Amino acid sequence: MNSEKKEWPLWEVFVRSKAGLDHKHCGSLHAPDGKMALKMARDVYTRRMEGTSIWVVRSDQIFASDPAEKGMLFDPMESKVYRHPTFYELPESVNHM
Amino acid sequence: MYTQAMDLVPQPSEGGDKEISADEKQLQLQFDARIDAGEFIEAKDWMPENFRKTLIRQISQHAHSEIVGMLPEGNWVTRAPTLKRKAILLAKIQDEGGHGLYLYAAAETLGISRDQMLEALHSGRAKYSSIFNYPTLTWADMGVVGWLVDGAAIMNQVPICRCSYAPYARAMVRICREESFHQRQGFDALLTMMTKGTAGQRAMVQDAVNRWWWPSLMMFGPPDADSPNSAQSMRWGIKRISNDDLRQKFIDAAVPQSEVLGVRLPDPDLKWNEARGHYDYGPIDWKEFWQVVGGDGPCNRERLAARVSAWEDGAWVRQAAMAYAEKHAELQPAS
Repeated sequence: MNSEKKEWPLWEVFVRSKAGLDHKHCGSLHAPDGKMALKMARDVYTRRMEGTSIWVVRSDQIFASDPAEKGMLFDPMESKVYRHPTFYELPESVNHM
Repeated sequence: MYTQAMDLVPQPSEGGDKEISADEKQLQLQFDARIDAGEFIEAKDWMPENFRKTLIRQISQHAHSEIVGMLPEGNWVTRAPTLKRKAILLAKIQDEGGHGLYLYAAAETLGISRDQMLEALHSGRAKYSSIFNYPTLTWADMGVVGWLVDGAAIMNQVPICRCSYAPYARAMVRICREESFHQRQGFDALLTMMTKGTAGQRAMVQDAVNRWWWPSLMMFGPPDADSPNSAQSMRWGIKRISNDDLRQKFIDAAVPQSEVLGVRLPDPDLKWNEARGHYDYGPIDWKEFWQVVGGDGPCNRERLAARVSAWEDGAWVRQAAMAYAEKHAELQPAS
């Protein structure tokens, strides 16, 4: 394969800031493979103890929702207030349930 | 580190005369309304072509500034006076590299590739902050670069944390959080020389201040009256505070700091104006500014040559790493 002049692929970086929390997206970087992406993510995104664990994933492997479909996808939930506990008014004596 | 008014040259109305379809007009109206409502624009959202181009230009040139900004400081790594100062300087330079990478990644979300941006820098088409075309002649320059140059950069960058383009704003939040140590370490280094140093060291600090003061003021870009693209950038929420307002804010902060240090700022016209509630300052030599922007500063050629040779000398490493990755991907059984 011809690797000359080829840009390293793009990776998305997710960092768990401390044990018990979710990995959170923090940015992206170019790297030839996953192993290198991890090493680079450590230098680029955790220079001040921001993380205890890193995930990297190829950007072209991410399927994302289309912003143009935002209304269709998310608006229907607006009317479903009964999915929230605050919808239900209970007597004071049991209201902490 | 960064940016002066990056968008210096008046831009032709790129595609502005094109026929706009009714659909596009509708999208444009929605976009304007979102900007007016203070909403963030994300990478996949519709945006006007000029908005995209302006951002690509500004973010990539901001990124180039971070990367080129490593060079004047790299000059002093091997000659830092103590191990502590060397470790601090290395950490700062590594930050600048990181900041460049955050910004390149933000620009890439707009549809330009990393290689295209680097090609624009290396061919001289893209600009970077002209401050980095000045030489760092003594160790005191490292302190003054931190105090004044990073100080000016922070003043410039904080409002960009509220930029309407979200990936840029997010990168700036991270950068600003990291950058404040840059200014503080510079001031600390200068204060040490001024309070515990010899007469020779104090003179060295004063000399560095004399050389960096005016170029630092130029980092905010030309006066508002001569900033052709400012109004549009303000309209789009890319720029939040005008060049002159930021410059004034910087001067008002720097004067009391200079008094704590015990250095003179090299401007005989600098004095407090009670009526304005600001310091008045003398005229800035914009001829020098445009000369440096145009490529004729003390170090323009040296800086660009250093970037180009770093890129070319590293080509075999990039290729070898890619070839290795591809070979291992082929050997991997499909799962």
